[in-house]
Amino acid sequence: MDTAPGSVWSRVTGLTDMFATPLRTSHYLELMNPLWTTHKLQARVVSVWDETASARTLTLRPGRKWRRHRAGQHVRVGVPIGGMHHTRTYSISSAPGRDDECITITVKAAPGGRVSQHLVRNVVPGDYLPLGLPQGDFVLPDAVPLRPLFITAGSGITPVMSMLRDHAARGDLPSIVHLHYAPHPYDVIFAKELAKLRDDHRRYRLRLVYTRERGERSPAERHFTAAQLQEVCPDWRDRDVYACGPQGLLAAVEAHWQGADLSRRLHLERFHAPWADLPGDVPGGRVRFARSGLEVESDGRTNLLRVAEDAGLNPPHGCRMGICHSCDARLVSGCVRDLRSGAVVNEHGATVQLCINAAAGDLELEL
Amino acid sequence: MSFPAHLSDAAIENFGRELDAIRDEVMDSRGDRDRRYLLRLIRIQRGLALGGRLVIFGSLAFLPEWLWFLPVVALGTLLLAVAKILENMEIGHNVMHAQWDWMRDPDIQSGTWEWDSVCPSDQWKHSHNVVHHTWTNVLGKDRDVGYGMLRVTAQQRWHPFYLLQPVSTVVMALLFEWFIALHDLEINRLLAGKRTLAETYPMLRRIGQKVAHQTLKDYVLWPLLAGPFFLHVLAANAVANVVRNVWAYVIIFCGHFPEGVHYFSEEEVADETRARWYVRQLLGSCNIDGGRLFHVFSGNLSHQIEHHLFPDMPSNRYPEVAPRVRALCARYEIPYNTNSLRRQFGTTTWKLYRFALPVSVAAPA
Repeated sequence: MDTAPGSVWSRVTGLTDMFATPLRTSHYLELMNPLWTTHKLQARVVSVWDETASARTLTLRPGRKWRRHRAGQHVRVGVPIGGMHHTRTYSISSAPGRDDECITITVKAAPGGRVSQHLVRNVVPGDYLPLGLPQGDFVLPDAVPLRPLFITAGSGITPVMSMLRDHAARGDLPSIVHLHYAPHPYDVIFAKELAKLRDDHRRYRLRLVYTRERGERSPAERHFTAAQLQEVCPDWRDRDVYACGPQGLLAAVEAHWQGADLSRRLHLERFHAPWADLPGDVPGGRVRFARSGLEVESDGRTNLLRVAEDAGLNPPHGCRMGICHSCDARLVSGCVRDLRSGAVVNEHGATVQLCINAAAGDLELEL
Repeated sequence: MSFPAHLSDAAIENFGRELDAIRDEVMDSRGDRDRRYLLRLIRIQRGLALGGRLVIFGSLAFLPEWLWFLPVVALGTLLLAVAKILENMEIGHNVMHAQWDWMRDPDIQSGTWEWDSVCPSDQWKHSHNVVHHTWTNVLGKDRDVGYGMLRVTAQQRWHPFYLLQPVSTVVMALLFEWFIALHDLEINRLLAGKRTLAETYPMLRRIGQKVAHQTLKDYVLWPLLAGPFFLHVLAANAVANVVRNVWAYVIIFCGHFPEGVHYFSEEEVADETRARWYVRQLLGSCNIDGGRLFHVFSGNLSHQIEHHLFPDMPSNRYPEVAPRVRALCARYEIPYNTNSLRRQFGTTTWKLYRFALPVSVAAPA
């Protein structure tokens, strides 16, 4: 249903909202079906499916406010754990426009990762999870005839899976080379579906590399190297590369394409902001939160969102990786360091993303 | 009456530390159970509000059989009143105290919550959370001592205006939400020239907007839906609002006015430590005994003492904290004022009558 401003629906609810004040019509619709709300977006967990021992696919039916994603995009998922609301970003692994109007996310339980473990172990069909709208520009262009090279590792396969499924469903799979890394054969997420794609589509070439499997290769050869790339994909210079995976892999890929002066062909999807190498002795400082009147000591490595939360504050936040700008706050005075670049900002009145900045000396935030 | 003389400063500090320990323990144990409680309560409340209005409309089908119409419309009105009571007291009041901010649920935040009352939530948060909870029962500071129009203790100087108290309290009970809305304007200071109209205007505007939305809903739009039965629905909505007002008045007046409650002077609270602040909250607040449902309907303000000690603790935890606080008070021989609704409201009403007259004898402590 069209819920955009100016639509018939929004005009109707504009009127019925006056009957519902101080709430909105949507709050009462939620009583009947949480997917009908317009004041927030939720998704119902329709089913869960274990891909591997530690990765699970959740099939979600988003509420009415959802708009169709583009293959490769990610979405913020809210997870209440212990009564507290947490938000994390996951790539959508399903193709856009499925007949059942559902989407899937595939989550790998990270060791020590509270949210990912909860999603993999505790979420059951029938649960409702708050959802954001699809975001991100890690997508294949629509028009250009394309010959992509996918380099993925672990759960980094999820956005690429969405692209593969999208093209396979439309029957126009382009010439694709896919290099995927996983610790062992049994750790490969979507292993069966990938094998079937390879068997059905001659233009899709898949190479699986097992990084922890003992074999004829040395440990160094089991990870991304120039020689390996040359072997798997001799025409890599002519292809657009889409890479998603852990820091180490992305750094190696980035360095390789930069070295070849082909950065323009490089598309990376990161799930942690890549932190800059900070010297061991970066100074922290006292962080003052002007509006709440709190003051705490912080080191120079902990992001300010965490500092604020540890101080008992509850700033709005989203991705926790510098993408969504939900946690933006004004720097009243002092100095912050961008953990991604190491750059220092000391411009008073500047807007600071709390989740990717740390204290660099004493500072004051409008929070 | 001021601080208990039998306690040394060190003893009071110890007492404060014990209360801090209770607070820390409960706050650390907040979790899924609490979240489920609140979400369920909110669902029930919204269901009751919608259901009440539907039953009111359903009752119109019985007209002109008044014998059938009256009990059904009374049921609908009661449901709506109960919804409004839950919304204002156990949900609104407590959410706006930031009791549920820890959940980080973007929909349930003290900063953005708006309640079903003519009083705008941001103004209420100032007059209530900032002024009343900080300066509880300090004469000349806490404007909730008599709400600027009642004399509730002999320590307030008498004025002929207070002779009206037996009448003005009835009016106040019936129109309680309107008095709360106007409370922050400090009309008496405005009349005394201590506050300018220009200072007051922006607040008045905010109140005006909120009043417009609220009255449009209850007294125009829903009644209009009933067509020829406009007045029937309007009357039912008005009664629901009045029932809520009277209930809120009764519970809230039992918080700080019953017999045995203490008031303080500004000198007494100068340089007050956190522990002495605790003692003041204790001596200045009164609980009401009752069952589980009674506590929920009173917004757990029947645990006024615990609420004043720990204003940002989720209200569903007050019942489990109360016996511990009470035992602690017994150990330190600090009075803990709790009694039945009948006794607490009875002595409150008696005080309001007595202090309407120019009696200046201090109440027996």
